[in-house]
Amino acid sequence: MEKVFSSFDEAVADIFDGAVIMVSGFGGTGGTAQNLIVALRDHGASNLTIISNTAGLASLMGFGTLPGHTAVDCGMLIDNDQVGKLIASYPVSPSPSKINSFESHFREGEIGLELVPQGTLAERIRAGGAGIPAFFTPTGVGTQLAEGKEVREFDGRRHILETALKADFALVKAHKADTLGNLSYKGTSQNFGAVMVRSSGISIVEVDEIVSPGQIESHLINTPALFVDRIVKR
Amino acid sequence: MLDRLPREVIAMRVAKELKDGDVVNLGLGIPSLCSQYVSEGKTILYHSESGVLNYGPMAEQGEEDDDLINASGQFLEPTPGMSFFHSADAFGMIRGGHIDVTVLGALQVSKKGDLSNWMLPSRGIGNVGGAMDLAVGAKRVIVAMEHKGRDGEPKVVSECSFPLTSPTCVSLIVTDIAVISVEQEGLILRETAPGWGLEDVQNETEAELIPANDLKEISL
Repeated sequence: MEKVFSSFDEAVADIFDGAVIMVSGFGGTGGTAQNLIVALRDHGASNLTIISNTAGLASLMGFGTLPGHTAVDCGMLIDNDQVGKLIASYPVSPSPSKINSFESHFREGEIGLELVPQGTLAERIRAGGAGIPAFFTPTGVGTQLAEGKEVREFDGRRHILETALKADFALVKAHKADTLGNLSYKGTSQNFGAVMVRSSGISIVEVDEIVSPGQIESHLINTPALFVDRIVKR
Repeated sequence: MLDRLPREVIAMRVAKELKDGDVVNLGLGIPSLCSQYVSEGKTILYHSESGVLNYGPMAEQGEEDDDLINASGQFLEPTPGMSFFHSADAFGMIRGGHIDVTVLGALQVSKKGDLSNWMLPSRGIGNVGGAMDLAVGAKRVIVAMEHKGRDGEPKVVSECSFPLTSPTCVSLIVTDIAVISVEQEGLILRETAPGWGLEDVQNETEAELIPANDLKEISL
């Protein structure tokens, strides 16, 4: 069982056309697997469904990106016409006058969108890895995002049914991995990655450092090794 | 022409609503300014959807770390006692009723406290982000905004015409001319900016306002 891959290209080589791919990150560069995204761009797989919080705010406007740094995010895959559908909570630019490539593709009818409240997105991903096929949530009740969804009342309050999300692959950024696949993250960079590794068939994790088992203290491991399939060092 | 309060003063008035020990989530824009004006002696735990609790000031120039951001993508200073978590937990805290107060911006608020803040119908597509979760999950939703839109259109309305974020969730509206609470009987005008009377505020409000018995000038 060798989880350590020697190159980003090798780690994404079996991603197929039409695959469902979760891409970690809140919107900035922290927690975003920038090198894996470049590798997937070079690989060229097409008609992908991308599950991501945003369509790339770092590359669009420097959101959460260190001054002077160039950001890579899933916007690169949309720019490169590899994405057929996006599942996200924050797909467009905050300013109507600044159009990202997702919005222009969407307006041309070239890309589909499933818009999901951010907490529902996170919970659907968590559920996908936890054996929960669906759950009721109060988020979205009485809004257009509830249209067509089953409604049930619990404790006198209306809730809507949301289904779990799973993916074929996840591209995730963590800080450290040991060779077994245990992960630790820095600061706010766990965000979506720490749940996406749980609900993807093959989780591919880009890390700053790969160490031997024991070199991440066990009580500081955020993601246990069983959720992790492939590790590549930056 | 009556003077309108600057954004910072709106934030100062909202800050008065935050109590010692509150867990607070601040949205983009005017809400994000509130933390600067909380009086000394109050301990507030700030929560952000980016996955952090008990954040403090923004990082100094040159000290930024892209692994330490708030939901606006601003860099935070490392602070003793801050904790980190993933997105499912960040929103479990929100949906699970563990956030005492959220302060949000709005495009429209209705007389029943319905909130619209995620999509301009003219654009036809919008970012919902964490707004629906916060509107539904926080114990108290305060809206901090300018009273009228950019083109002078009223934002406090009888019925929201924009897509809803959540029905009946807002409890207090703080604007550049008024403080309005949302009650069973309707919108109660509690405070007005200096020089503004009931009629002046009503003229800029589409929904009907009910003056509070003790209607007074906004105090900080």
